[in-house]
Amino acid sequence: MKNLKFTRTHEWVKVEANQDYTIGITDHAQELLGDMVYIELPAIGTAIIAGKPFGVVESVKAASDVYAPVSGTVTEINSPLENNPALLNSDPYGQGWMIKIKPSQPEELNSLLKEEDYQQSLLEQ
Amino acid sequence: MANKTPLYQLHLDAHAKMTDFYGWDMPLHYGSQMAEHVAVRNDVGIFDVSHMTVLDILGAGGRQFLRKLLTNDIDKLPHPGSALYSCMCNEHGGILDDLIVYQRAPDSYRLILNSSTKDKDIAWIQEKSQGFAVGLLTRPELAIIAIQGPQVFSKLQTILTPAQYDAISTLRRFECVDIEACFFARTGYTGEDGLEISLPADQARELWQKLINAGFQPCGLAARDSLRLEAGLMLYGQDMDETTTPLESGLEWTIQWEPLDRDFIGMGALLAQKEHLKHKMVGLVLEEKGIMRPHQRVVLNHLPDGIITSGGYAPSLEQSIAFARVPVEATETAEVEIRGRLHRARIQKPRFLPKK
Repeated sequence: MKNLKFTRTHEWVKVEANQDYTIGITDHAQELLGDMVYIELPAIGTAIIAGKPFGVVESVKAASDVYAPVSGTVTEINSPLENNPALLNSDPYGQGWMIKIKPSQPEELNSLLKEEDYQQSLLEQ
Repeated sequence: MANKTPLYQLHLDAHAKMTDFYGWDMPLHYGSQMAEHVAVRNDVGIFDVSHMTVLDILGAGGRQFLRKLLTNDIDKLPHPGSALYSCMCNEHGGILDDLIVYQRAPDSYRLILNSSTKDKDIAWIQEKSQGFAVGLLTRPELAIIAIQGPQVFSKLQTILTPAQYDAISTLRRFECVDIEACFFARTGYTGEDGLEISLPADQARELWQKLINAGFQPCGLAARDSLRLEAGLMLYGQDMDETTTPLESGLEWTIQWEPLDRDFIGMGALLAQKEHLKHKMVGLVLEEKGIMRPHQRVVLNHLPDGIITSGGYAPSLEQSIAFARVPVEATETAEVEIRGRLHRARIQKPRFLPKK
């Protein structure tokens, strides 16, 4: 996970080889929420804005907005995830990825947390 | 300082996620509440329910007293070693608690009461027992283990002693038996077949460990809640309380009206309310994606709003289900307000399991 960046709201971003970004939620988030039941993902082509919600995850415990770590346009969504939300619990950094985007302002990545800083922020909560 | 059951350390050993439940440190789940729920529906699961209150009512006046105290009539019990479910109401018909009463002998009854209402219940029962030839005895030294699921009887054969297994294998539903310091009852809160066992703390720890070693799935409060919701079982403090009567809580069936001269506490108020009942409890099934949760608004055609009392996801139906208190006139459909949007729901009886 060394190559991932994180938000304080428990989302992660991975820069892909083609410079698109993959976005998901962290292990901490899935553990807090519990068994996932429904996922709402945006449509391909949707513009997402850093800091604003782009989707919803609903667990047995609660519904939770997922916040865009950076801005961009949705290029791909993880459809298997919509049919099998349990992947968010079992593999949040792998098969549990949520969306891929073409970033509009790549420099936003610099404001995100490195892994050690994210783990540290969890201890402070 | 939270109360701990005798099995507390064993839950920590099993890496349970613990939670506070009305002052008790209890296991919420052991990894996945859904896996635990499914285990109980398909196989068997075990629950530590030692936080509940065991109260023994002893003496020749027990029958008379309980016939006054409870909405259901213990005269319905066919023989010692049987049990029934009842409400306990105040003079206004408001529900003080719901409980199961077990007759162990003609002069010995056991009540199992909710943990959240312990002090209130005991004070009430003590006060109302004045004038009856009974003594009350709480049993805090007893733990309670529930074992629930279709495989319960087959899987327990290698766990219990031969004498215990013999005794329980002839139990019918809602029957109970004392054997080797353990009290077994064929009752439960999941909608599945199963047993609830009250037993001394040391024996409970030994039994729980044996069950874990034999691969029985430990289940926490989260699964307990989703199971009882599917099964149509009410949760005191959430679906009903002192401000609601059995008639408004889907519990009219716990009231034994005849004979009228039994005059149980609250009967007069309940008879009066029956004449002009305004609310009833229904079940809701959400026809869209989403999850219904307590306190959400229920919107009905040309009627005042109702309210969700309990709601959640039903793994057995792969849909969201709920109990809702609504005007008596509500019929087939409703809309539920979830996160600011209205979602379609179907109204039905508050019981969601397919008939077995």
